[in-house]
Parts: sequence; C-alpha cells; structure tokens
Amino acid sequence: MARSTGEDAQALFHSLRSAYAATPKNLKIIDLYVAFAVFTALIQVAYMAMVGSFPFNSFLSGILSCTGTAVLAVCLRIQVNKENKEFKDLPPERAYADFVLCNLVLHLVIMNFLG
Amino acid sequence: MALETLAGVISLASNEIGQSRIDAVKNDILKLFDSIEKYDDGTFYFDEKVDGVGPLATTSSVVQGLTAFASTASGRVKLPEDNILGLTKYFLSIGIPGDAKEFFNQVNSLSCLENSRVSVPLILALPATVVSLTNKDKLKVRVTTALGSRSPPLKVKLVRAFISGSKDASVIENQELIFDSEGAFHILDLLPTSIDVGKYTFVFEIVLQDSEDAKVYVTGGQTKVPVYISAIIKIENAEISVLDSDLGSVDTQKKLNLGKEDDVSLAANHLQKLRLSFQLSTPHGHAFKPHQAILKLKHEKAEHIFLVGNSGKKFQVILDFLGLVEKFFYLSGRYDIQLSIGDAVMENSFCQDLGHVELDLPEAPEKAPRPAAQPDDPFSKYGPKAEISHIFRAPEKRPSENLSLAFLALTLLPFLGFLVGLLKLGVNLKNFPSAPVPAMFAILFHVGIGSILALYALFWLKLDLFTTLKALGLLGVFVMFVGHRILSHLASTSSKLKSA
Repeated sequence: MARSTGEDAQALFHSLRSAYAATPKNLKIIDLYVAFAVFTALIQVAYMAMVGSFPFNSFLSGILSCTGTAVLAVCLRIQVNKENKEFKDLPPERAYADFVLCNLVLHLVIMNFLG
Repeated sequence: MALETLAGVISLASNEIGQSRIDAVKNDILKLFDSIEKYDDGTFYFDEKVDGVGPLATTSSVVQGLTAFASTASGRVKLPEDNILGLTKYFLSIGIPGDAKEFFNQVNSLSCLENSRVSVPLILALPATVVSLTNKDKLKVRVTTALGSRSPPLKVKLVRAFISGSKDASVIENQELIFDSEGAFHILDLLPTSIDVGKYTFVFEIVLQDSEDAKVYVTGGQTKVPVYISAIIKIENAEISVLDSDLGSVDTQKKLNLGKEDDVSLAANHLQKLRLSFQLSTPHGHAFKPHQAILKLKHEKAEHIFLVGNSGKKFQVILDFLGLVEKFFYLSGRYDIQLSIGDAVMENSFCQDLGHVELDLPEAPEKAPRPAAQPDDPFSKYGPKAEISHIFRAPEKRPSENLSLAFLALTLLPFLGFLVGLLKLGVNLKNFPSAPVPAMFAILFHVGIGSILALYALFWLKLDLFTTLKALGLLGVFVMFVGHRILSHLASTSSKLKSA
C-alpha cells in the first residue's frame, strides 16, 4: 500500500511538472516573481520570530509589501493568461500598466509606514 | 476724548452752532451713558478697552468731556442722578492709583464733578464704621461734596438699621441725626438698647433743607453702610476640671481667670476627662457666640486642637481621654493648655496659656501611628523641595547588529534567486522596440519607474510626505504619459502580429 502511494505521489508530481512546463514563458516569469515575494516575506517572519516585533510598524510594512506585490502579481497572471475566458478582451499591456501603477501606490504607502 | 474736543469746539464757536446740533450731541451723550457699567456697591464706570487704557482713563475722559460740554452748552443735559453719584463713588473708591497720569485723571475728574453745571454729587461718609459700646462711642456721619468742601444745609436721617444678612425687621426706624456745627458732623446720639454687638447695616438718607438745592446737588437716595458695633465681652464662670469618667464626679477643679494670667497644673490619666467651661455675655447682658473658640493641647512632639461648643449660654468642651488615646499617639507627659477666643466685634479677644496637664496614657501597641516628625526649623517647609528624578521608559532591547546584518543578507537572497530563475527561464529583450522613437519611450519608461523607486528610497531616508507627494505627482504624470505611449505601441505591434 505504502509503495503504491509513494509511486502515485511520484507519478502525480511528474505529471504536474510536465503540465507546468507547457505554460507560456511570461506566466512562468510571473510565478517566479510571486515565489520570490513569498520567500522574502517568510524570511522576515523568521527574523521577527527571533528578535521580537519591536518596531512593529516596520515589520508590518515589510510583510505587507511582500504580500501586496504577490497579490498584484497573481492578479496580473490571471489577466494575462490567454486561457482565461473572462479577460479575453483585455490587452496584456493594459494589465501590466495596472500592475505597475498599483505597485507604485503600494510602495508609497509602505515607505510611509516604514518609519 | 471725543466729547472733550467737541466741547472745546462748541465753546469756541458758541453762537454759530444751531440748537439742533447741540440736541444731537445731547442724545449721543445719553446713548453713551447707556453703556455705563456698574459694580454691585453702586459705583458706575465706563469700561471700554480702547488702546489699552483702563477703565479709569476712559471714565475720566468721559466725565471731563461731559462737564466741559455742559459748561459751554446752553441748556442742560439731563442725566440720571444715580449715574453722576456712581461715577463720583467710582473715583473715590479706587484708592490712589500708582501711575501719576492716572492720579491726575482721578483728581481732575473729581474736580470737574465738583464744579460742574450738570449736578454736584454729595457724598455721605462715615469716618469710623466701628462703634464701641464700651467706650460709649457715637456714630458720626459726614456729608460733603466730592472733594470735601461744605455741603448746603441738610439733614441726615437714619432710615433703618438691621443686622447684616438677616431679613428681620430693622432695629431702628427713622431717626434723625443731630448736626454738630463745630466739627460739621451729624451724630446719632442715643443708640437704643436693642442694638447689641454685631455687624449691622445702617441705611442713611440725605434730606436737603433748601428745595432749590435739589436742582444743583445730587444726593443719591439711600446709602447702605455696614457698621460694626463692638464692645468688651464679659467672661464669667470660667473653670477647668478633671472628671472621673462614667460617674462624672469631679476629681480636681480649678477656677480660671480668663483675660488675665493663669497657670493651673492638673494631672489626669486616660480613664478621666477634662472639662473646660465658661460663659460669655455682652454689655447688654445677652449671650455672645464668638467666631472662634479653640482649645489647644500642646505636647513637645505633637499638638491637638479642639473646638469649644456651646449650648445656649454656656460654652463647654469635654475631652474624653479614653477615646482620644489613639489620637494623642499614646504620648504621655506634660501637655500645655492654650485657649483662644476671638471675634471681629469682641474688643478683648485673647489667646492665652492656661497652664498644663500631666497626662498618663498607656503604652503604645505595635501598630500605633507615630506622630509626624517635627522638623527642627519650622520654616523648612518653605525651602526647596526634594528633587524629583523622572524615570523614562527604558528603551526596547534591540537585537545585535551582526544578527540584523545577517538577516539583511538573507532577505536579499530570494531576489538573487529570482534573477537566477529569470535567466534560467531564458528571458530576453526581443520585444524591445528597435525603432528610435519607441525605443526612447521605452527607455524613458524604465528610467521613470526607476526614478520613482529612488524617490521612495529618498522619502524613507530624508524627505517628508508632502515633498514626496509633490515630486511623485510630477514623476507620475511623466511616467504615465511615457508608459501609455510605449505600451500602446507594443499593443499595436502585437495586434498587428496577431492579425498578420
């Protein structure tokens, strides 16, 4: 039983990997960006867990910038994905412009809150 | 000030100014007097804060203008009598102002009022408001003009007199005062026996004998004057005794000579009581209740104060040592006795040492309160106080610098991972436009975004929010314009590719 589960897991993993390889390159870039943001957030949380949350506003702004930009990147991915029927008429450049603008506003707020 | 100049103008121009103009000025004067303010005791004054001068200067300038106007104008200005009298009382009641200019204003105004053609106020004053029954003083009243010259023939009547603060009927009604022409006083000769010691309010009225004078002089109706009737109070039956508690039988009893020297020595223990009693009466024989009747027991380490209560005629205080043991801090020993009796109308108030009492109190238990330590210097409480050192919130513990730097490096790691990943994915710049104009826009777009990020870094390091927002506004508009151009160019090329 255990062996079949292990084999099943491996098979699942392989199939996922091959499916992912088929995704267009720009989507992979966006995925990489999301992973980068999430990792940065995790490192900040680990730091806070070690030294305490004294300048709490700084901690919050750091975490929020990572999660915020990750969320915006996910939105961009949704809008740019050609398989997504909802956003068929939206040109990807427009989505990219929105992404850039929202990020700039987010980072302004972050910088203000950083202290 | 305006009135004075106007009066000067009128006096110079005299006949040429029509009567209607003068009437207009008179109306204005009356309106001005509507804004007059008054204190509760009947003094009137003007209080307009013009150029920082106080009410004295304002009022005096009004008075001077008014009298100058009245002395030149034909026809009289009708003003309420109270106002004139009130103004005079104001000038008389403010004492001597410190400034020479103010003093001149005061005296000048009083002389204007004295010589004015409007109305001359008559002031009723008492040289002494304290009348002693024991010395058989007589109440004297003097009536003069504002600066003290003689008044026309008149009579002063005491309309009524009543005890201050009480609503009882008055004690004296309608008594005329006899005029003493030598000293120019009006004297109230016989005080009826119903007037005893205390604080009274006498109401006087001036009655002019010559009715012609009523047009010239202003008397001001009834004047209320507070008068103190004082006397030497008799103290009788004063004694101090030590009583055995419960039974009330007298252990020792000594007679006291209050008002003269006294030195009794008593001894008591905590089971006994100390009783002090006396009687106070006025020259007319009524019982008298003084404002203060205080008994003080003084030990070298503490002192205690007790009030002497009264019941009808007799004043008595009983100190029950059994109940007071804790208040006395269980201190045995010699206590000096001091009695103070005083009142405003009592001429022989005193604060007298009566002697001492040796008190024998039981030992103090463990938890008994101790008396406050007496400082050596009784004025030390007025010296500088102990310095207060403020304790501020201790700053938070910060992590070590190495740890923070290590984590900084660790935070930058994902970014490097991102770049590596990008390279592995094979990013390229193939879509970068080659034609010069779009290429320039593309470059400007990236430069714009980079500059905004640099602005954010500068904002964190140095700038405040408002300058940042201003710069951001400018940069943002630029970036949006450029971005719009490049992205629409890219969109059009890609759509061309799709359609092609």
